[in-house]
Amino acid sequence: MAIHEILIQQLFNGLLIGSFYGLVAIGYSMVYGIIKLLNFAHGDIYMLGAFSGLVFLSIATPAIGAGWGSLILGMLISMLLVGLVGVFIQRVAYRPMLKAPRLSILITALAVSMILYNTVMLLSSGRFLPFRTEISTESFFLGPLRLTETRVVLIVAAFALMFIMHMFITKTMYGKAMRAISLDRDTCQLMGIDVYKIIALTFFVGSALAAAAGIMAGVYYGTIHFYMGFLIGLKAFTAAVIGGIGIIPGAMLGGLLLGLLESFGTQIPFIGTVWKDVFSFAFLILFLIFKPNGLLGRSESERM
Amino acid sequence: MSEPVLSLKDLETRYGQIYALRGINMDVQEGEIVALLGANGAGKSTTLKTISSLINASSGSVIFNGQDITYMQPHAIVEMGVIHVPEGRMIFKELTVKENLELGSFTLNDNEIRKKRMKRVFELFPILEERQQQMGGLLSGGEQQMLAMGRALMTEPKLLLLDEPSMGLAPIIVNNIMDIIKHINRDQGTTILLVEQNAKAALKFAHRAYVLETGEIVMEGSGEEMSKDESIVKAYLGE
Repeated sequence: MAIHEILIQQLFNGLLIGSFYGLVAIGYSMVYGIIKLLNFAHGDIYMLGAFSGLVFLSIATPAIGAGWGSLILGMLISMLLVGLVGVFIQRVAYRPMLKAPRLSILITALAVSMILYNTVMLLSSGRFLPFRTEISTESFFLGPLRLTETRVVLIVAAFALMFIMHMFITKTMYGKAMRAISLDRDTCQLMGIDVYKIIALTFFVGSALAAAAGIMAGVYYGTIHFYMGFLIGLKAFTAAVIGGIGIIPGAMLGGLLLGLLESFGTQIPFIGTVWKDVFSFAFLILFLIFKPNGLLGRSESERM
Repeated sequence: MSEPVLSLKDLETRYGQIYALRGINMDVQEGEIVALLGANGAGKSTTLKTISSLINASSGSVIFNGQDITYMQPHAIVEMGVIHVPEGRMIFKELTVKENLELGSFTLNDNEIRKKRMKRVFELFPILEERQQQMGGLLSGGEQQMLAMGRALMTEPKLLLLDEPSMGLAPIIVNNIMDIIKHINRDQGTTILLVEQNAKAALKFAHRAYVLETGEIVMEGSGEEMSKDESIVKAYLGE
């Protein structure tokens, strides 16, 4: 392959993986913005989404046949369900901790993470499960770009979700309230905003997007397992930091950038795919040292 | 006298063990401007925060239109028509002027009414219309105060709680803001409870005033009476 073909291919791959990171990072970043919690359980919500997607896919497939229809149906149901799980976790685990010292809620998040992945580990016997969609994996070429139907649909869906999210945040009253709460919670109460309701909504939206990303990753990689959320949780955190944690467009930007960094990074001579994660986290460290507020972040002293 | 719009009964509020309000009693009648005066730390802001439930009272009660709102959630109190414009204005600096105003009408579901109200706010504060796409943080102090008040008016409040609207503003802008407060009271019939350190400015147009000292009301009377009494002004208002 000529060099420009490789670059275009890597650009596409980077954007695809990056859009998964971005979708997970949105929830990470929103939750940080609104209650200043680094939600370590967020990666496990992504994992939960993948498992829930597989369950509903296997229920829907016999009913309406294999293909995109059952996948999309399974995905929507899972987003709804996992979104509600997110709200439930918020209610029972985080809300009682909102007035406690910050470290308490952070430890709570670690506990939630452990509960989630250990539960799924027991239920799935710790195995890798195949995520079969029976959608054509035949590849075709678009100019120099080698594509499959799956990859095209995935990237379109991921970008569509990010676009919807962006519109929600900038155009609706609830979206504006979310941004306002991350700026000043007390004043929001004076506007008649029920802050706890908006916090719950934030968890719903963030968890639903993470679930969508989990299912997409299942479709893309073809297998899922109970520990798949760990690494992407860290990657989403990295993406959120790169973009400026607490800032939603920043999370999307950070996710895409991280995806691109990884896919191009592995093309550098002597740095193979095995170094991919080292590459990402090296970037995280660089950002934390030189630009801790991220690309879109403003300078502010109180960060965690 | 008719039933007051707002009455505070033996209201006590404390921060930990320290009492900020030691049982205050106060009435505000419909259509009045009532000034709440006193030195720093007298408990003026605490009074407003207790009314809007940002802080919970430790005992006593807040009655609004005959209903006990002492332990209601802050957002529920807003829905009843009690709007608190906090000290320091507290506009959302990283949202646009327009978004700030829209959030003021969060409790409203009708977009048409929202637009109409925004138009009225723009009539009152034309500068906000010019700057509607700017970030709130880029406004000057006086403009930020106008935004904070405009944002409060987006709900069409029955009772407006204003905390130090003149703080940090140049005298000419203070006059401007005070005129607008009078105007809101006269033309829209909004009842106003006004906390001010600038006692002279407040007493010029307040119908009545209360003076707070270390969490207790030490004096009340009509605005006119109080502003004439030199000893009061000297003793309690630090002029």
